[in-house]
Amino acid sequence: MDLTTLAFYFFAALTLGFGAVVVMSRNILHAAFSLLFTFFGIAGLYVLLFADFLAITQIMIYIGGILILIIFGVMLTTHITGVDVKSGRTGSIQLGGAVLVTLALAATLIIIATGTAWNESPAPEVTSTAELIGTSLLTRYLLAFEAASMLLLIAIVGAAFIARKKN
Amino acid sequence: MEIGLSHYLIISALLFSLGLYGVISRKHAVMVLMGLELILNAANINFVAFARFGGMNMDGQVAAVFVIILAAAEAAVALAILLNIYQHFKHVNLDEVDQMKE
Repeated sequence: MDLTTLAFYFFAALTLGFGAVVVMSRNILHAAFSLLFTFFGIAGLYVLLFADFLAITQIMIYIGGILILIIFGVMLTTHITGVDVKSGRTGSIQLGGAVLVTLALAATLIIIATGTAWNESPAPEVTSTAELIGTSLLTRYLLAFEAASMLLLIAIVGAAFIARKKN
Repeated sequence: MEIGLSHYLIISALLFSLGLYGVISRKHAVMVLMGLELILNAANINFVAFARFGGMNMDGQVAAVFVIILAAAEAAVALAILLNIYQHFKHVNLDEVDQMKE
């Protein structure tokens, strides 16, 4: 078992283990902090997939941005010292249904993933993906890139407008 | 055993299922949001894995970049809405937030 295989299993265990903590934990702050390790594990998987730019983007945007936003959301919408920091599950019947649906979906997806003969082709040697991604963003995906910038602007203005204090 | 495409697809499938479980089994709105983030990340792993094993195609990675952009915008707007719900109802329990008017 070489180092890459070992690294893959380490990051996979990190991602799935803490991902399970995120959805199972009773304490919503524990869930939010477990999400940090899940995102780290996913960034590691990106590195193993030769996506260095995406790995850094994952750490900067997901951990540095979205996770902080989520923790702000937790802090601003729950009484940390009170009881309702508990994240609240639905009733046991609904929980059983959720487990059933989820297990059936996971089994189906895994059967499809392993049973299909995917059309794979050997990867050429790539040293850095940032230049390639930048080139395709500004040539082939220019329209989508500009639309994304408009979306971000609208989202910022809209979020600030919705969240402001009304009096 | 060589780490291949199906390994990554299985990781992604399990992560997607965990996220879906979080979305449908929780009442707290922020928990539902975290489940959504897990689902989006699972989709991203699929994009990048197919890009890597499909001859290092950059299209998959560009799609993943756009997914990250959308996730950031979604998180910001969703949390702004959550803050409003909290100001109005004094909780963010999704089972009890069922009215759109005062």
